[in-house]
Amino acid sequence: MSEPLAVAALSLALASALPGALPRRFERAAERISALLMIAGAACGLLAGFLALAPGAASSPLELPWSIPAGRIAIEVDALSAVFLIQISLIAALGSVYGLEYWSQRAHPGSGSRLRAAYGVVTAGMLLVVIARNGVLFLIGWELMALAAFVALTAEHEKPAVRSAGYIYLLATRTGTLGLYAMFALLLAASGTLDFDGWAGALRSGTANGVFLLALLGFGLKAGIVPLHVWLPSAHAAAPSHVSALMSGVLIKMGIYGLVRITSLCDAPPVWWGEALLGLGVISAVLGVALALGQHDLKRLLAYHSVENIGIICLGLGVALIGRSSGRPSLIVLGMAGALLHTWNHGLFKALLFLSAGSVLHATGTREIDRLGGLRRRMPATALAFLVGAVAICGLPPLNGLISELLVYLGLFRTAVGATASSWPYGALAATALALVGGLAIACFTKVFGAVFLGSPRSPDGASAHESGRAMLVPMGVLALLCAAIGLGAPLLAPVLDAAVGIWAAETPLTSLAELAPLRTVALVNGGLVALCALLALWLGARVRGAQPTLPTWDCGFAPPAPRAQYTASSFADLLLRSLTWILYPVREAPEPGGLFPRAGRFQSHLPDTVLDRAVLPTAALASRALARLRPIQQGSVHLYLLYILATVVALLVWR
Amino acid sequence: MRPIMLDGMIHLAFVLLFPPLLLGVINKTKAAFAGRVGPPLLQTYYDVAKLLRKGSVFSRTTTWVFRAGPVVGLATTLLVALIVPLGGHAAPLHFEGDFILFAYALALGRFFTVAAALDTGSAFEGMGGAREVAFSCLAEPALFLALLVVARATGTLSLSEMLGPHLAGVWSTAGAALAAVAVSLFVVLLVENCRIPFDDPNTHLELTMIHEVMVLDHGGPALGLIQYGASIKLFVFAALLLGIVVPLGASAPWFAVPALAVALIGVAVAVGVLESVMARLRLTQIPTLLVAASLMSAFGVVLLARS
Repeated sequence: MSEPLAVAALSLALASALPGALPRRFERAAERISALLMIAGAACGLLAGFLALAPGAASSPLELPWSIPAGRIAIEVDALSAVFLIQISLIAALGSVYGLEYWSQRAHPGSGSRLRAAYGVVTAGMLLVVIARNGVLFLIGWELMALAAFVALTAEHEKPAVRSAGYIYLLATRTGTLGLYAMFALLLAASGTLDFDGWAGALRSGTANGVFLLALLGFGLKAGIVPLHVWLPSAHAAAPSHVSALMSGVLIKMGIYGLVRITSLCDAPPVWWGEALLGLGVISAVLGVALALGQHDLKRLLAYHSVENIGIICLGLGVALIGRSSGRPSLIVLGMAGALLHTWNHGLFKALLFLSAGSVLHATGTREIDRLGGLRRRMPATALAFLVGAVAICGLPPLNGLISELLVYLGLFRTAVGATASSWPYGALAATALALVGGLAIACFTKVFGAVFLGSPRSPDGASAHESGRAMLVPMGVLALLCAAIGLGAPLLAPVLDAAVGIWAAETPLTSLAELAPLRTVALVNGGLVALCALLALWLGARVRGAQPTLPTWDCGFAPPAPRAQYTASSFADLLLRSLTWILYPVREAPEPGGLFPRAGRFQSHLPDTVLDRAVLPTAALASRALARLRPIQQGSVHLYLLYILATVVALLVWR
Repeated sequence: MRPIMLDGMIHLAFVLLFPPLLLGVINKTKAAFAGRVGPPLLQTYYDVAKLLRKGSVFSRTTTWVFRAGPVVGLATTLLVALIVPLGGHAAPLHFEGDFILFAYALALGRFFTVAAALDTGSAFEGMGGAREVAFSCLAEPALFLALLVVARATGTLSLSEMLGPHLAGVWSTAGAALAAVAVSLFVVLLVENCRIPFDDPNTHLELTMIHEVMVLDHGGPALGLIQYGASIKLFVFAALLLGIVVPLGASAPWFAVPALAVALIGVAVAVGVLESVMARLRLTQIPTLLVAASLMSAFGVVLLARS
C-alpha cells in the first residue's frame, strides 16, 4: 500500500515545480499552488511512511520492466526507507510554507519560480533515492537531487560568494557521483545485476571492501564526513534559509541512507568497517564543532554543526557495524537505532535552527553574529524557537537530541565495556570524544544564542528588527513542538526503530530497543524535570512579582557601558579556540598602533577550514598547474565533446 | 518495597538538608588556617534563608531568560542529586546509562546559567560565561573517562551499580586504576564547583572569577536559589568521589548515613585545606591541569586494559 502512495508523493513533489511556468499575472497564485502541491505530496509521503512503519506492515515491491540495460523500475518502501521518507516529506513541506514568506515571488521576481522548481525537484529526487531498489533508478534520483540542489542553492547567483559556493558544491557532488558509478559498476561486475536484492552474494566476497570504500567516498561526500565536508559550510551558508534547512536537515542524510542501505545488504561486514566509521565519526564530530565555534557567520556556524552531527550519526553506524561483525545484537540495536533516530532529530532541530536563522536574516539583513544582539525583545518567537533548537542540538534534556545521543552513548559504552570485543578502545575513544563534543556544542550555542538574541543590539541592523509573519513562524513552531514531543514521548518510537533496525540486520535475532535502553525512564525524568522547572519558576515568579526592571546592569560604579562594549561572540569563543590550535588555524590581524600620532587600531579574525584551506585548495592549485598542458583539449565546443564521447565508445567497443 | 521507599526518603532528606553545611565546613577550615574564628558553620543556611525573603532588583536589559537561569540551574542540580548513589545505597533514580543523564542535566543547568549571564549584556558576565563553558568542555571528557574506568572495572553502566557493593572488591584487583580515577574526579569536583585553583569563590567582585561573576546581577530569592544549588552541586560531586574512594558496601542506613556525613565533611575539609595552601592558577594554565586530569583517567583505562 505504501509504494503507490510514495510514487504519488514523488509525482506531486515534481508537479510542485511546474506552477512557476504560469504566466506572470498568476504568479501569486502559482506560488501558493506550488506550496499546496508540496503539502499534498508530503501528506502522501508521511502516510506511506507511517503505513510502512505500522506494526506487522509488509512491503509489497512494485516492479516494472525497463528497456535500459541492467535497469528495472523496482520500488519498495520498507521500514528503513520509511524512516527517511518521513523526514524528507515533513521538512520539505514545512520549508515550502516558510518559503512563501521568506522568498516570496514579489520580493524575488527573478529567482522565485526557479527556486521553487528546483526545490520540488530536489524533494522528488530524494524521495526516489529512498524508495529505489535498482542502481540505475537510484542514480537517476541521486542526480535529480544533486543537480537541482545546485540550482536551489545558487538562487542568488549574482553574488560572487554564492557562485563560488555553488562551484565547490558542484565539484564535490560530481566527484561523489563518480564514486557511486564506480561502486555500482563493481557490484554489477561481481553479481551481474543492479538490483539491490541480488547483491548479498557479491558483498560476501572480496569485492565487499572495495564497495565499502567507494560508498564511503560517494555517500561520505554527500553526508559531509570529514575530510569530505569541504563543500558543505559555504553551500549551506549561501543557500536561501529554507533550502539550507532542507539540505542540512535531509539532503545530507541521503549519504547516510546510502551507507545504511549498502551495509544492510552485507550480512557479515569485516570488523574494520565499524572501526573506520567510529574513527571518521570522531574526527567529523570534533572538527565540525571546533570549526563551528570559530565562525562569525550564523549560517556557516550551523553548517559546521551539521558536520558534527553527521559524525555522531557515524558513531552510531560504527557501533552497529561492530555489533554485526562480532555478533552482539545489543550493539546493533543501540547503534543503529541511535543513528536513525539522530537523523530524525538532527533533521528537526537543524531545520528549526536554519529557519530561525533565516528569520533573523530576513529581519536584520545580516548573518554576522557580532553585528546582532538583543533580538529577543523584537523577535520573541524566533528567539524561543532558536533556544529550543539550541538546547536540542546540544543533546540536553528534556528535548529530542538527548534521546538519540543517549542511545549512541550506550552503544559506545557497551562497546568499551564488553571485555571480549577487540574494538573496545575505539568505543572508549569515541565515548570520550563525544563528551568533548557535547561540551564544545554547549560553548558554541551559548555563544550564538547569547550574542544574537541576548544583551542589547550591537548595531542599527539589530535595533530595527521585526518579528517574522505567520508563514515563517508556524513551520518553526511545528518543528519545536516535535523536538519536545520526541524528548517526552521517546518510548513510543521504540517499535518504529525496532522495525527499521530489523530490516538492516535481517539475519540476526534482535532484542527490542525498549529492553535495551531506559527510554521510558528517561522520558519520565524529562517530564519530571520540566515539571520541577515549572514549579520553581512559578514560585520565583510569585516571589519577585512587582519588581520592575528600572536600573541598568551593574556597571561597577562607572558610566554604563555602550552596547558595543558587550562581550562579543568572537571573544566568547577565543579562550577555547586558543586551546584548540592543534586542529584549528585561526587567523588574527591586529596591527599595533604605533608612532607619535597613532592611527585608529583594528582587529580582524577569521577561522579558515582546516581541510579546505590547508589541504584541498593547495592540492587543487598544484594539480591545475600540472594539468595546464591538457588545456587545449578543452575547447568549450559541444561538437568536440560529442566527438570525444564517440571516440571513447568506439575505443571501448574495439577493446572488448 | 518499604526499604526502597525508606532509602528514597533518607536520600531525599540528606540531599536537601545537608549540602549547605559543607560550605560552612570549608569556610571554617580556611578561617582556622588563617587564625580567624570565621563565620558560623551554619552560615550558608542563614544566607539562603535571608536571601529567599528579600526583594529583587532586575536590570533593564534582562528578560525572562535571566530569571530562567537560577530556576533551571537548581532544578537540574536537584535532578542529578537524585541520580548519584549515597554510601553504596542505590539512588532513587537509577537506570542503564544514568551517568549520561547526570552529565547532560548538569550541562543544561550550565547552558541556562550562562544564558542568564549573557542576558545582562555585561562584558564581565560574558567573560565569566566564556570561562565556564571553556573549562567545563575540558572537564567533561575527564568525567566520562573516569566513569568509563569504573564501568569497565565493574562491568555495569548505572551509577548505582558502578558505585555499589562490588566496588570494594575492585579495589583489590584494580586499585591503581581507581586511584587514578579518584585524583581525576577530585580535579573535576574542584573545577565544576569553581574552587581554588580554578576559581576563587572569595574574591567577591568582578576581578578574576568564573561562577561568581556569572551571577553578579542576580539578587534576592534568585541568588538564594543559586547558592543553595551550588552547595548541592558540591555535595553531589563529593558523594560521587566518595562512592569510589570510600566504598561502604551494603551497610545499613544507620551506619551508612553518619559514615557518609563524616566522609563528606572530610572532603570539605580537604577542599578548605587546599584553598588555604594554594593560590589560584593563571587562567592560561587551567586547561593544562584539566587535560592532565583527563590523562589520569586515561591511565586508568590503560591499566584496566592490561589486566
